[in-house]
Amino acid sequence: MNWLIDFFADPANWSGSNGIPIRLLEHLEFTLAALVVAALIAVPLGLLIGHTGRGALIVVVSANLARALPTLGLLVLIVLLLGTSTVLPVLIPLVLLAIPPILVNTYEGIRGVDHDLRDAAYGMGLRGNQVLLRVLVPVALPLILLGLRLAAIQIVATATVASYVSLGGLGRYIIDGLATKDFPSVVGGSVLVAAFALAMQAVFALAHRLSVSPGVSQRLKVR
Amino acid sequence: MDDQPLIRWDWIGRNWDTGRAGSIMSLLVDHVIMASLAIVLGLVIALPMGIACVRWRWLYQPTSGVMNVIYALPSLPVFMFLLPVTGLERATVIIPLGVYAVAVLVPAVVDGITAVPDHVRQSAVAMGFNPLRRLLQIELALAVPVVLAGLRVVAVSSISLVSVGALIGQGGLGNLFTDAFKRDFLTPAIVGIVLIIAMALIADGLLIFLQRVLTPWAKARRST
Repeated sequence: MNWLIDFFADPANWSGSNGIPIRLLEHLEFTLAALVVAALIAVPLGLLIGHTGRGALIVVVSANLARALPTLGLLVLIVLLLGTSTVLPVLIPLVLLAIPPILVNTYEGIRGVDHDLRDAAYGMGLRGNQVLLRVLVPVALPLILLGLRLAAIQIVATATVASYVSLGGLGRYIIDGLATKDFPSVVGGSVLVAAFALAMQAVFALAHRLSVSPGVSQRLKVR
Repeated sequence: MDDQPLIRWDWIGRNWDTGRAGSIMSLLVDHVIMASLAIVLGLVIALPMGIACVRWRWLYQPTSGVMNVIYALPSLPVFMFLLPVTGLERATVIIPLGVYAVAVLVPAVVDGITAVPDHVRQSAVAMGFNPLRRLLQIELALAVPVVLAGLRVVAVSSISLVSVGALIGQGGLGNLFTDAFKRDFLTPAIVGIVLIIAMALIADGLLIFLQRVLTPWAKARRST
């Protein structure tokens, strides 16, 4: 507890390039950048595979491989291969690790839509793309959001570990603190990362609430 | 980066089993021990918790809420929270991984048991099974496929997460990653990644085999 007070009461931790506001902003930047890139790749791919049913094997394989792949190993490997002169090499693993959860859940969401519903949409004269965008996506939205949330969790965790290979962000307090036996910094940084992760959870819960149709989330009872 | 070959096989040969701590073999053994302890710890805690959540339904909502929160916490800071209590020891890695395992397994146990059809449960009652025997011989037996599916997720992700422990010096094969980074030397990183993925695949295969053994009825149904 005293370590926490030491850390948060130290004015040096609130200003400059190693200050909490800057580190927090860095962490947010990496997380959002990686999440957006991963979503731009994985959501369309998941929709395509789910809608056409072709290439389902990619989904299964990538899901299993992503779970087994050690994040620290991937970070070290890519940084050793590409160097750390820019931030880019460190962002690659973040994106790679965020793709599978989005891809799998988008795919499962589309595949899981009731066949009667799909047939009804075609029966009403909608074309393939319209069925996908107006019927399948809204119904699958809870799972797509779940995928994005799991990806965000994965990115926050990996970005923390990535401080070891010289990425900025909140992980720096933990890694630097360990190196210099500065335990207030380690514990304080850990609290910040945990709070950041929980805040991400809350944002996604809110997004779910706002964007999922009441009929799908069963907040509206159908009589 | 300088021109080093992707893999230096002679390094692997020299460091495979030197008999000292830090050889690839001893790190591998370390890794297996930590991952399996975490998985077993998770299962031992999750089973009674899951059963309790089925018996007293009101417990499930708050429990799954807490599990969701825990699962969202990144592993590195969680290791650090334990540091003042356990120090730079294996337990600092094993305990959080066990807790993650619980967070995945409790919903699996609950789903598995509640998916047992009601008529099966009633048949058991009619045959004179008391609640304990019914739980052990009917409900848990039928929940095996769902619980094992959860256990496969837990096993694979625990094996890969142990390596993060290398940042506090307790990461099994993860120590190869920190070693590779410190010395700007690719080979250990590649060896570590390959061995960890291989281990995860083997664990996954073992659990699939275990499921075949524990659910003989599934095979009978397939063959008819």
